[in-house]
Amino acid sequence: MSLTENTPRHIPDRLRSPLQTKLVSWESLLLAVAISIFIVNTFASPYFLNAWNLSDATFNFTEKAMIAFAMALLIIAGEIDLSVAAIIALASTAMGVAMEMGAGTPVLVLVGLGTGLFCGAFNGLLVTKLGLPSIVVTIGTMSLFRGISYIILGDGAFRGYPSSFSWFGQGYVFWVISVELVIFTILAIVFGVTLHKTNFGRMVYAIGNNPTGALFSGIRVARVKMILFLLTGLMSGLAAVCLTSRLGSTRPSIATGMELEVVTMVVLGGVNILGGSGSIPGVIIAAFVMGLVTFGLGLLNVPGIVMSIFIGLLLIGVIALPRLWTMWRQKK
Amino acid sequence: MQNLSTSSEQNTGKSPVLSLDKITKIFPGVKALDGVQLDLYAGEVTALIGENGAGKSTVVKTLTGIYQPDGGDILLNGKSIRFATPQDASDAGVTAIHQETVLFDELTVAENVFIGHAPKAKFGLIDTKAAYDKTTEILNSIGAKIDAGVKLKDLGIASRHLVAIARALSVEAQVVIMDEPTAALSQTEIEELYELVDTLKAQGKAILFISHKFDEIFRIADRFTVFRDGQFVGAGKMADVAESDLVQMMVGRAVEQLFPKRHAEIGEDVLKVTGYSHPTEFENINFTLRKGEILGFYGLVGAGRSEFMQSLIGITKPSAGTVEIGGDSITMRSPADSIEAGIVYVPEDRGRQGAILDMPIFQNVTLPSLNKTSRDGFIRLAEEFALARKYTERLDLRAASLDTHVVALSGGNQQKVVIAKWLATQPRVIILDEPTKGIDIGSKAAVHDFMSELAGEGLSVIMVSSEIPEILGMSDRVIVMREGRMVAELEGDEMTPETLVRHAVGIRNEGDVA
Amino acid sequence: MKLLKSREAILFGAIVVLTTLIATRFPAFVAPDNLVAVFTDTAPLMILAMGQMVVILTRCIDLSVAANLALTGMVCAMINVAFPGLPVPVIIAVALVMGAFLGAINGILVWKLGIPPIVVTLGTMTIFRGVIFLLTEGKWINAHEMSESFTAVPRAEIFGMPILGWIGVVVAIIMVVVMARTTLGRAIYAVGGNPHAAVYTGINVGRTQFVAFVISGMLAGLTGYLWIARYAVAYVDIAGGFELDVVAACVIGGVSIAGGAGTVIGTLLGALFLGVVKNALPVIDISPFWQLAISGAAIIIAVAFNAQSGRSKGRVILKSAEHAQ
Repeated sequence: MSLTENTPRHIPDRLRSPLQTKLVSWESLLLAVAISIFIVNTFASPYFLNAWNLSDATFNFTEKAMIAFAMALLIIAGEIDLSVAAIIALASTAMGVAMEMGAGTPVLVLVGLGTGLFCGAFNGLLVTKLGLPSIVVTIGTMSLFRGISYIILGDGAFRGYPSSFSWFGQGYVFWVISVELVIFTILAIVFGVTLHKTNFGRMVYAIGNNPTGALFSGIRVARVKMILFLLTGLMSGLAAVCLTSRLGSTRPSIATGMELEVVTMVVLGGVNILGGSGSIPGVIIAAFVMGLVTFGLGLLNVPGIVMSIFIGLLLIGVIALPRLWTMWRQKK
Repeated sequence: MQNLSTSSEQNTGKSPVLSLDKITKIFPGVKALDGVQLDLYAGEVTALIGENGAGKSTVVKTLTGIYQPDGGDILLNGKSIRFATPQDASDAGVTAIHQETVLFDELTVAENVFIGHAPKAKFGLIDTKAAYDKTTEILNSIGAKIDAGVKLKDLGIASRHLVAIARALSVEAQVVIMDEPTAALSQTEIEELYELVDTLKAQGKAILFISHKFDEIFRIADRFTVFRDGQFVGAGKMADVAESDLVQMMVGRAVEQLFPKRHAEIGEDVLKVTGYSHPTEFENINFTLRKGEILGFYGLVGAGRSEFMQSLIGITKPSAGTVEIGGDSITMRSPADSIEAGIVYVPEDRGRQGAILDMPIFQNVTLPSLNKTSRDGFIRLAEEFALARKYTERLDLRAASLDTHVVALSGGNQQKVVIAKWLATQPRVIILDEPTKGIDIGSKAAVHDFMSELAGEGLSVIMVSSEIPEILGMSDRVIVMREGRMVAELEGDEMTPETLVRHAVGIRNEGDVA
Repeated sequence: MKLLKSREAILFGAIVVLTTLIATRFPAFVAPDNLVAVFTDTAPLMILAMGQMVVILTRCIDLSVAANLALTGMVCAMINVAFPGLPVPVIIAVALVMGAFLGAINGILVWKLGIPPIVVTLGTMTIFRGVIFLLTEGKWINAHEMSESFTAVPRAEIFGMPILGWIGVVVAIIMVVVMARTTLGRAIYAVGGNPHAAVYTGINVGRTQFVAFVISGMLAGLTGYLWIARYAVAYVDIAGGFELDVVAACVIGGVSIAGGAGTVIGTLLGALFLGVVKNALPVIDISPFWQLAISGAAIIIAVAFNAQSGRSKGRVILKSAEHAQ
């Protein structure tokens, strides 16, 4: 006998209001963490609560977050792209080559974005057309893309980008609001709406939860995945534009290891690494958390590598603690 | 209950090797086993009979240490014993040939046979030579001509099954459990298996034989035990029981009552399939489906019915053949195409193919109809809920709320969600693959009622089923498949259990349609 | 089907062809001394790849091997600086135990808490590196601070090959035996090949994965000592990014990232392929900057090849089709 037999025939839409659900969510927990870090930082360093310092701090995460938004969708759909930092290197190198050939700022931007899109297409085709596991494919392309940068540049560097190009990474739109922060904000909204309010976003979740079921439900799984790889490539290209503009130079080692920080940001934001769940607001807050931690510890003269311990612990801790808590409760 | 159900205590003489005494197993939302009784005797074959969902597989898993019972005792030679792990069960001499082939593709035959109890040489290393020799010996003893050194992935399905049997025989077993062992075998292979069972009997092993094919139960079983909905219904000797009694015990009511009789108006041709073939799965399928018709597809498990249906909706590519809907020729490259053409498929594998278990009910229902509940690609929640409500309420879904995740529902209600999802697309043809497998009797009846109702409204239904009563009770016409080919198309008086089975297993007489 | 069986043969053939091509223009490359040098140079990659193979076979991945190597190596170096008289075998024992311990941390998080391996090892990878910094405050330990015997052992030659190379051989032999002749080896293949079935045969999936991480960690620890002693220097970023070479060696060697398929020999050949490429580039006067792109391309080709040979293993219903195979 089924236990659900006594429930009423009329089925309500929801048992809890959306607001109630949001209050006990991962995102609220993360927001609380972000606020506490903010408060602790405020007390720990007198330099923290300064508009310009805080504005500077956003550069710690804006470029990574651009990629993280697209990566979040990709991971929710059950795939991953570990080649994003290598795409930055290749896109930046391509821009350097274009600059040497005398390209102006608009062309440079197009070259950067185009290279990103091309790399995304390359990953996407290998995964969707040949059915290869994305983690191995992108470990491969990660070496390949950066390897091409090394072949072109060796231990040299491209310098001397046009001054108008520096606008993307060094410019300010209004007072302390940097161009990158504006791009970040726009992308946050676009990706948030896409994932949470459109059919496309719904398909992303369905594919991540059960790719077979999604296919049987008439979703063109390969096409959606291809689009996500293209998006991730494009965002990496955009990040390459911003980063190159900010640094004013290109070396083949640019953005080394950034793929791991991006994945950490996404996972910290509550996206299930196995796919199927996660949210853009979570990733946004995670971006701020990582930015604030880096900035705060930086003000306290804590070296970068120690911060990485903190990020590593945060990554494991945020997943381990809720599970430990559940296990502990079940034992009682 | 039936008066012929004789409980085991009345069986004087031998005492059982292994007994289940009032075993209960509870899963969230369902009592899979409710105080069941089962006795196995040395040198005898006991058939465990029951419909899908009766609790047969749960018993197997309890006996082999996969599940721990929530109540009751397992008695081995009269002593209470606990199988905390599969290893414990194996050590106690209980071995099983599972329904799903639980073997390892990348290991060799000998490695598969001896995984978990390999013969040891010096330094605790595995004695690969001894394992190879013993495996060859066992394979020879069951008449299997398989090299013990080849990797399993290089074997065909029947050979794999023999390896599974060899594995069960490699243990010093007192009790051998065979869970639907003939499901994937051909007739000659089945005969060989029967001989094997006789050999095991002669060796004094107690055999639990799980099957729902009555012919084989009467052929090899000495005793029977019947379960229904997780409860013990009866047990006794095969010699004392007639087939009809067993059916009645299994089903619990007369077969006729189960299926709603209906008077459907069968209209014009809707779907026409011609020469549909696939390189490895099926060949030359031809049929026409009419408006308001229920067309049954019968066959043994592995006859290629699901494979054909999945090709029909664009999951796999056919090598030849055409599909016409309402006279228009259509090529299905993916399910998206078939949905657009109005053909939808309710798969047998609900958890993997049918529903997205970790998503809410309403999102599951609207998934193939997102275009209807959105504007310019933007989701409109109110319309989603409305569409989901319309179809789930029509199917009498029982759930706490529409944003409950599907995983939390019972099998029957999950199936209702999947059917609701497809009805919401307003199809012309609905294919139901084993629509009532593993769901409780109440939901079964609801699904059957609903099928009749849909056909009455002019929807064309294809029903794939391995349950003869269901096929006979629901279909206007039946196509029988065997080994990937259509072997018969039956209508009216031709539709009898005997004809179906004869065609499905390939016994030819009376000048059958080939 | 035959292709997959001779996977190792194909890879071996590729290495032979590559070496021969180089030899036609630069005969010195195939001089016995140089071949031994190439082998020895590749030994650390081989040892790590064998550990990684075990982990990947169980459907996990260990991205922390290079960080484990660096941390364990640094600790060995620090012990050597503090107690220069301590014999090298003791230090090797410390390296094995410490590496295994770090691997066990990964393993326990995967086994007991069910955290996805990629997340766990991504985290421990940054943590291990950070810990090195905490221990050393970013300082290097240089050759002159290490004892002579500490740095001499990996380079000491027996029968013309440095001990480093011999350790690679010994580990390979042990791993071949473990994978082919022990219940643990069987369990590792079973867990990756069909975890569901593994449970039925009485294998504890989580515990097997834990053991795989311990093995990987132990080998990373061993390599840590060898690496630091060989190059006679220890610092935070040593072997940075090497975990990708290790995964690459496995993939090229035919280890399936989906678990359950792969051999020790294949993995060794995969590592050797990368080693030959790396050592050949300067010989044939191609900029070493090509190496990264080549190994990237090799990974992609290898994984595409793996997928092709692993395909069409579905159930065959039509009798005629089954016989035609």
